[in-house]
Amino acid sequence: MTADPVELAVEAVRYEVDGHTLLHGIDLTARPGETVGVVGPNGSGKTTLLRCVYGALRPTGGRVLLDGADAAALGVKDRARRVAVVPQDAAGTFGLTVGEVVAMGRSPHKRFWEQDGPQDARRVAEALETVGAAAFADRRFEELSGGERQRALVARALVQAPGLLALDEPTNHLDIRYQLEILGLVRALPVTGLLVLHDLNLAASFCDRLYVLSAGRVAASGPPERVLTEELLAEVYGVRTRVGVHPDTGAPNIVYVPQG
Amino acid sequence: MSRRRAPAVVLLLAAALAACAVAGLALGPVRIPPAQVLDTVLDGPGRPGAFASIVWDVRMPRVLLGAVVGAGLAVAGTVLQALVRNQLADPFLLGASSGASAGAVAVIVLGAGAGVLGGIGVPLAAFAGSMGALVAVYALARRGGTMTTGRLILAGVAVQYVLSALTSLVLVLAAHPDQMRSVLFWTLGGLGGARWDELALPAVALLLGTGLLIALARPLDLLLAGEEGARTLGLDTGRFRAAVFVLTSLVIGVLVAYSGAIGFVGLMVPHAARMVVGAGHRALLPVAALGGAVFLSLADLLARTAAAPEEIPVGVVTALVGGPFFLWMLRRSTRTEGVAG
Repeated sequence: MTADPVELAVEAVRYEVDGHTLLHGIDLTARPGETVGVVGPNGSGKTTLLRCVYGALRPTGGRVLLDGADAAALGVKDRARRVAVVPQDAAGTFGLTVGEVVAMGRSPHKRFWEQDGPQDARRVAEALETVGAAAFADRRFEELSGGERQRALVARALVQAPGLLALDEPTNHLDIRYQLEILGLVRALPVTGLLVLHDLNLAASFCDRLYVLSAGRVAASGPPERVLTEELLAEVYGVRTRVGVHPDTGAPNIVYVPQG
Repeated sequence: MSRRRAPAVVLLLAAALAACAVAGLALGPVRIPPAQVLDTVLDGPGRPGAFASIVWDVRMPRVLLGAVVGAGLAVAGTVLQALVRNQLADPFLLGASSGASAGAVAVIVLGAGAGVLGGIGVPLAAFAGSMGALVAVYALARRGGTMTTGRLILAGVAVQYVLSALTSLVLVLAAHPDQMRSVLFWTLGGLGGARWDELALPAVALLLGTGLLIALARPLDLLLAGEEGARTLGLDTGRFRAAVFVLTSLVIGVLVAYSGAIGFVGLMVPHAARMVVGAGHRALLPVAALGGAVFLSLADLLARTAAAPEEIPVGVVTALVGGPFFLWMLRRSTRTEGVAG
């Protein structure tokens, strides 16, 4: 019952707010099943772009296409069936349990008044197991640590069975083991993945292609080994780096050279 | 986990409500032994005898109205808290009850529409008043896209004061003492005027409203995920919120038209219910409804027996319990801003 991987095309998307232009006409594509990373310095527009893709923001120019159809024309529920979001964090939930929060992911597939059946319960249990959250399914969501919450939110997105998974820094609260596990999981899933990432080495290891944003524009795009060069990183981030090759994966491996 | 407790909790509360009802029928200026209360109730209405008249004609409408209003206010409070994502919301504190009072008083005193609409003119005006107040508070509190606890409470209190003052003003200026109930009734609430022929509408509003809201438990839960979260999970938050505002105003309006503005039931009961069965609305709403019925039944019992033969407005009793409770929650929520923010 999982949706087919979505083909994503972002065409000349602009976003302005209060006279500031946060995105200056971004073009981005993700083929079905591809894992695409968006990297860039703070304030470069990564999260804004992601929010335009999943519909929290309405682009002031350009459009977002899901399988060739304009996403702005989709109803809220149709969109939620195709695009699931893992936000950086979630606000207070009045004491809903982790299991209840994860089960929310079934909502786009249900009528308002419909209750979850045994099928749904099984999906929720599986997703909790997958992200290593089964042990705290009955705890209150807001009592969890940041990393545990993040895993629960990944489970919620899995339960949503989307064609496109949009993740906003899905690893920023996670310890290294879960960073690797969650990113490996996203990559292995039969979905198109769009990830905003801070850690360039993780981006290089887990993404098929990268877009580097700088001040609301695409500074470079392509496979990690072509994009993550010492010159580009110096230009975009203003830092000195040495880019080598990861001994096992062959992906670019970046080490930072201390300033001065 | 806690949700699995819900059936047991519902049974327990139903038993408590039955006990409260018996006490409500037994106590008063004439004390009737509980066994005789039960006999009288089981005999049915219309039998001869002094007890039968007291139980059936005097006390039972009041006991029933108290249960209905308590349940409805608790349900409305639960839902308002989800709508504004703030556990300090309550029909009274957000001005909805005062809005309903103002609407009801306007129609009664000014006679506007009363002739055309007959019996439902007053509840209809109360519904309009409560919705107007909620919309005003929501708009005032939300300016700038975010809603802080401070702004919500201030907007609610300000709107409530203005509407209560208007209500009092109209009542004082009006020279029709026989056609209106007192300022105290409309601003603090009272169940003393309960009559059999006025019970149907509140009961229908309660059952219909609560039933619909329980059916909408899933999207109500989604509201707890926040505006953006709810939308990414497929809920058209703007439309849903508007629909639930209307439904909640309807329940509040109809109840306030018959009970006046009773505060704090919708604040305390949902909070207590969440602690027992969790925040999922499918279990929470029935438990809150029964809990509200029990709470207001007890409060009314206290209101009419504590200072007998004087009667205390029931809203004074709920405020004496609810005010400190509110302060306690305010302290807690400012310490863990996650709940309030």
